[in-house]
Amino acid sequence: MPIKSIRQAINETLKNEMRRDSTIVVIGEDVAGGAGSDGIDDAAGGVFGVTKGLVGEFGRERVIDTPITEAGFIGMAAGAACTGLRPVVELMFVDFIGVCFDQVFNQTAKFRYMFGGKSETPLVIRSMVGAGIGAAAQHSHMLHPLLASVPGLKVALPSNAYDAKGLLLTAIRDNDPVIFLEHKLLYDMKCEVPDEDYLIPFGQAAFTREGDDITLVSMSNMVLNCNQVADNLAKDGINADVIDLRTVSPIDEGAVLESVEVSGRLVIVDEASERCSMASEISSIVAEKAFGSLRAPIAKVTAPHTPVPFTPTLEKLYVPSVERIEQAARMTLEA
Amino acid sequence: MALQEKDLLRAYRLMSTIRQFESRVDTEFQQGNIPGFVHDYSGQEAVATGACMHLTKDDYVGSTHRGHGHCIAKGCDIKGMMAEIMGRSTGLCRGKGGSMHIADINQGMLGANAIVGGAPPLAIGAALSAKTLGTQNVSLSFTGDGGSNQGTVFESMNLAVVLQLPTIFMFENNGYGEHTAAKYAVGSGDIAGRAAGFGMPAKRVDGLDFFAVYDAVGEAVERARSGGGPSAIEASAVRFGGHFIGDPQLYRGEGEHERNRRDNDCIKIFSKKVISEKMLKKSQLNSVDKEISQLIDAAVEEGLSAPWPSADELLTDVYSNY
Repeated sequence: MPIKSIRQAINETLKNEMRRDSTIVVIGEDVAGGAGSDGIDDAAGGVFGVTKGLVGEFGRERVIDTPITEAGFIGMAAGAACTGLRPVVELMFVDFIGVCFDQVFNQTAKFRYMFGGKSETPLVIRSMVGAGIGAAAQHSHMLHPLLASVPGLKVALPSNAYDAKGLLLTAIRDNDPVIFLEHKLLYDMKCEVPDEDYLIPFGQAAFTREGDDITLVSMSNMVLNCNQVADNLAKDGINADVIDLRTVSPIDEGAVLESVEVSGRLVIVDEASERCSMASEISSIVAEKAFGSLRAPIAKVTAPHTPVPFTPTLEKLYVPSVERIEQAARMTLEA
Repeated sequence: MALQEKDLLRAYRLMSTIRQFESRVDTEFQQGNIPGFVHDYSGQEAVATGACMHLTKDDYVGSTHRGHGHCIAKGCDIKGMMAEIMGRSTGLCRGKGGSMHIADINQGMLGANAIVGGAPPLAIGAALSAKTLGTQNVSLSFTGDGGSNQGTVFESMNLAVVLQLPTIFMFENNGYGEHTAAKYAVGSGDIAGRAAGFGMPAKRVDGLDFFAVYDAVGEAVERARSGGGPSAIEASAVRFGGHFIGDPQLYRGEGEHERNRRDNDCIKIFSKKVISEKMLKKSQLNSVDKEISQLIDAAVEEGLSAPWPSADELLTDVYSNY
């Protein structure tokens, strides 16, 4: 089976879907690049090259470079989605949702309900999340808990290339607005990705490690750290379930509850700040629905309640590390 | 674009429908039959009508919090509208949207919008759909003088010019954004001038004059349909009522109300012109008024007797699947 990176998987999925369905358009800042300049067309293909090559095949009518005007083009994409197009919009960094949040939560997310179910908004907003490259406070936030709290939105965060393809296909073909969050540290991560189409349903978590002794729940980049912790624990004969939620709206509660009912021990790892994070959410679900199964207090390993720091030494402390997660897991096991 | 007798009758019918609808909504609100916030469009009928008469069912309109007039002019069902405003299950949005979110996508009505400046981004999106799919359709956004100051509106105007979208920015300057005068809040005092600064043809018209609005929008729609890109129109208008029904309107000057009703009533101005120039007869207008009055009586009666949405409706229509 071919090996592909997340960047390749997303690029290939966009390309294949645009070939299949002529109503799909890609919209965003520098999704091609070079518009109106004397240099080459497709001068950017997105900041990290994820949309590279699309404009060559589909032209500027379907790969639309916008001015730097997020509220305007996200609102435009929402209007287009209600009237016959299936836009896949790139919001360069999720932090920029601050300037266009009205278009996302007041317009896009509420249309269907406000209009009594008589509209569909097949809009995908792809955006980059996460710390780890010194991009600092306004280019590194994880905002999936904020977005997951908005009724009407679906939120997906792949941790590997296989899931990136399957989740993006589902997102594009879905008739509701989907926020698709790509962690900037993961673009070059590779795995086996089939050439043919496959859909990964939303609300279906993946078990990336399996074991009965403890449950580690996470999403996006933190899945990699949890896998590492599970492998470390395995050396001591401790077997962990690692659950990759894959989507945080909807949430696969069943997978988490089933695992905790067996293990009785739960660590939730989230790169978002602790307060109102997915870690708090999963913790509350388990406390409400599987309290009797718990044999130790629930542990949360998250970023602190601070903006993302710039300097590498502090940024390293900000992101939940393998060491912190392993420590939390061992404390939970000993409790 | 010479208006035939049937067009003039249609214009009058729409304006009379809006006026009578809003007047009745006011009454029903005072009697407690309408929950929430309601913003009365009375006084601005010539703008919605002059604009929407150029649009087909497949063209799209984005509206404001003061959206009933736009809905009526775009062809939304009167009974469905009244029921919606009353919160009943037979409403256009099954009672889930209400006055400020009333919409009918199938009728090309992208919704009243309770976020000031909400319509232009959505309307240019509809224009992008039309352009990309090659349908020849156009879109038109209504924005008040208050909304004209929003960043989303500036962004939309720039995007529409950059992408050459078939859209019309219709600014209704009724002199007040909520309780604050436009002459205070619109920095340059010139909304059309600002639009022109984005690089599109922009005009100022007398919004009390149906014919002036009709001609200006006709030209803009023609330009959009033929691939000539966006246009903007600023129509000066008069808001008869307050920002919302129940607004004590302490910002009004002495005699302003009376003057508006007496001298600045777009329907009176229209009627006077069509009768004096023998385009229509007074009896024709009277019979339209009577017919509309009956329609609105029926809409209220049916609305009041329609069921409230059932409890399970609380949870439906959030997603198409979840």
